[in-house]
Amino acid sequence: MAKIFKTPEELLQYVERVQAERDPHRKVITVCAGTGCCAYGSMKLADGIEKVISEKKLADEVGLKRTGCHGFCEQGPLVVVQPQGILYRKVKTQDIEEILDITVKKGDVIERLLYRDADGKQYQKEEDVPFYKNQMRLLLANNGLVDPNNIDDYLAVGGYRALAKVLGRMQPEETLAWIQKSGLRGRGGGGFPAGVKWESCRKAPSANGLRYIICNADEGDPGAFMDRSLMEGNPHSVIEGMLIGAWAIGYPGKPQGYVYIRNEYPLAVERLSVALQQAREKGLLGKNILGSGLDFDININRGGGAFVCGESTALMASIEGFVGEPRSKHIHTVVSGLFNQPTNLNNVETWANVPLIIEKGIEWYTSIGTGDVSENPWGGSKGTKIFALVGKVNNTGLVEVPMGTTLRHIIYDIGGGIPAGKRFKAVQTGGPSGGCIPESMLDLPVDFDKLTEAGSMMGSGGMIVMDETTCMVDVARYFIQFLADESCGKCTTCREGLRQLGLIIEKITNGQAQEQDLDLLDELSSTVAEGSLCALGTTAPNPLLSTLRYFREEYEEHVRERKCRAKVCKSLIRFSVIEENCTGCMLCMKKCPTGAAQGEKKEVHKIEQEKCIKCGICDEVCNFNAILVE
Amino acid sequence: MDEQKKKVTFKIQGKSYEGVAEESLLGALRRYGYDVPSLCYHEAVSTYGSCRLCLVEVQKGRRKKLTTSCNYPVQEGIEVFVDTEKVIRHRKVVLELLLAVAPASEHIRQLAGQYGVDSTPYQIKDPENQCILCGLCSRVCHELVSAHAIDFSGRGTGKKMTAPYDETAEQCIGCGACVYVCPTDCIGIKEENNVRSIMRWHRDLPMKPCKQCGRAFAPTFQLMRFAEQINKDRSFFDQCPDCRK
Repeated sequence: MAKIFKTPEELLQYVERVQAERDPHRKVITVCAGTGCCAYGSMKLADGIEKVISEKKLADEVGLKRTGCHGFCEQGPLVVVQPQGILYRKVKTQDIEEILDITVKKGDVIERLLYRDADGKQYQKEEDVPFYKNQMRLLLANNGLVDPNNIDDYLAVGGYRALAKVLGRMQPEETLAWIQKSGLRGRGGGGFPAGVKWESCRKAPSANGLRYIICNADEGDPGAFMDRSLMEGNPHSVIEGMLIGAWAIGYPGKPQGYVYIRNEYPLAVERLSVALQQAREKGLLGKNILGSGLDFDININRGGGAFVCGESTALMASIEGFVGEPRSKHIHTVVSGLFNQPTNLNNVETWANVPLIIEKGIEWYTSIGTGDVSENPWGGSKGTKIFALVGKVNNTGLVEVPMGTTLRHIIYDIGGGIPAGKRFKAVQTGGPSGGCIPESMLDLPVDFDKLTEAGSMMGSGGMIVMDETTCMVDVARYFIQFLADESCGKCTTCREGLRQLGLIIEKITNGQAQEQDLDLLDELSSTVAEGSLCALGTTAPNPLLSTLRYFREEYEEHVRERKCRAKVCKSLIRFSVIEENCTGCMLCMKKCPTGAAQGEKKEVHKIEQEKCIKCGICDEVCNFNAILVE
Repeated sequence: MDEQKKKVTFKIQGKSYEGVAEESLLGALRRYGYDVPSLCYHEAVSTYGSCRLCLVEVQKGRRKKLTTSCNYPVQEGIEVFVDTEKVIRHRKVVLELLLAVAPASEHIRQLAGQYGVDSTPYQIKDPENQCILCGLCSRVCHELVSAHAIDFSGRGTGKKMTAPYDETAEQCIGCGACVYVCPTDCIGIKEENNVRSIMRWHRDLPMKPCKQCGRAFAPTFQLMRFAEQINKDRSFFDQCPDCRK
């Protein structure tokens, strides 16, 4: 039976003991067990390392740890040998023996497994790799250090110290004031000041004292995975944040917690469940937590796969067992939310920020980021933000930077620029309802307000990089159709408006649009944005409006010249053979799935247009640059 | 006095009116004779706010915003504008969208015509369709009739109003309340050979003849359910309402 901590002091004493028992010089092989690396086979790799350690009887000499996501997903499976911090990437099971023999035993590095940047420069230590070096990893700092299935790991790196601090020395009002002064704004997308929300919820009347504390983990944006990585890698940081919230918002009443997590994240559900159970066993959840009088526990509620359930009122309807449809918020959810009780909903990343603020202080937190929040909580964006950097960029993965970092720094210095010598075209931020930002605005400092001014938004932190081979009209088509499918279908403007916007854009990409269709897009977008109920509808035209704003010439080319400069829109392109380059090697003929590429050996081939489905395989396989796409 | 039922004063385009706190703004506007179109609102059931036709602009403090009036709660000190340029512009687009959704609905055509919209620039999906997915039928079925026979299924462009599994609505008692409340007449009811059919839900219900006059007056299944709901013996409905008097 695990020991239940009865006071903050008992917890801190335990932490000291755990820390003292751990030898900081002990060799540990950490294997990333985030979803990305797992997909690359990291679990099998970890099992293999475990086996070899026991075969070689090295258990006294070296430990093995399966940790959360390290963030450098592009290079997975990732292995870091501690305490030196040597980073090996793309590690395979056949490398295990060598790692143990050479690195663990002799302390030498295996050059073959080290990371090399685009210029061929080689890096030994994780912290020196530009991808990591240029970041400010606060929330993700412990992801690579702790085993998410072991609460002692989290305690050893200072976890739950912030909870001990508030329960031992700070009144709920003081705790709340700290969050207010920190300027923390909601990481789920809206950027609403957390302190303002917390205070409204604390002050809202509740006859039975019941207040719900919810964590929104319904991360649905295509390409976004920061919340997932936090929950998979460091679930206790989220739980600790919610506990502090329960104290600040709900004590002395009866706060109750929920995590609404999408069912598509089975690993996050699993690790969070384990973490909750371990926290209960230590008395960090349950009755009279650390002797403070606070009773609080957290339930997990799994989502059913609807994107719209990330919207606060739809999420609450879903927890209640109803269809996930948003309702009007003329009465705010902080006053009447889940089961008509005052409800405070924050996103995973927002909750994970809370222990950091309590632990390190307001002054430290407000020194990171932009603007001034001392008078106006909307006056700036404080702290760091995690972005899921994906698309046409060399180093895809999770990137944590201070608010106000420029897009250029994120994409080039951390992301390593655009692969294959292609030219950057745009970056899409904020998920499907965000917008596309052009090259001319790469020096834009990224914070809540600057992104909104640029016609995009922070959203939950998705960042999709696009190069010259991306057609901006096609991008808008993709996102509008995604949102049309994911609309709950309640409002005519959203359901029918998005469907019609999608049809018009499709006409443009098919080369069947007229000039007036562009005006129709403008008019209809405005009604969808202003006439819909929830944020899904009101922000849905963003991908369209931002591409129209920055890339209008591409739309006009599609309409007037029936031309797609990125050569993406199939109806507007044509494949043919450049006769002087073709050697008659027959490769394109062999690969063409429809038999459109035709010809005799050593004679110039041709492409029969009626049969061509414009898949582009001929161009991909041709070694002689003999396919013309126009 | 109950906080929720408090009398409040608010303005409609400069003129002061009295309302009840939290009541539907659309209801209040209609009470005072303002013409605001709507399809999904009915005072007998909860508001839903789906058709988006009852858009108005509401000034609250310094903020002025476009909102549907049906689900906007009347509050002290707000000012409402019912036909600003913005309202007219967006209402026109909503009507055009509705014309494209339900081209077969005579009612929608008439309503659009009243607001000067005679055609739609948008693509028609189904020329036969009349349903605009306002959900009034299911709200009446759930909230008033308590039969819970129909509801929405799916989402986004695949959303539809339907009986479970798109089959016969086994819980439908054939009361016809949905037919009565439907703004576009797209459900359909008929009585033939002492069978009442609610056409859209594929529900055919034999009707019970009155013991006294012999007239088939209501579906037997409906009478059974009603008897359960009001805790009466089934024989209570042996006679038709006329003979029972």
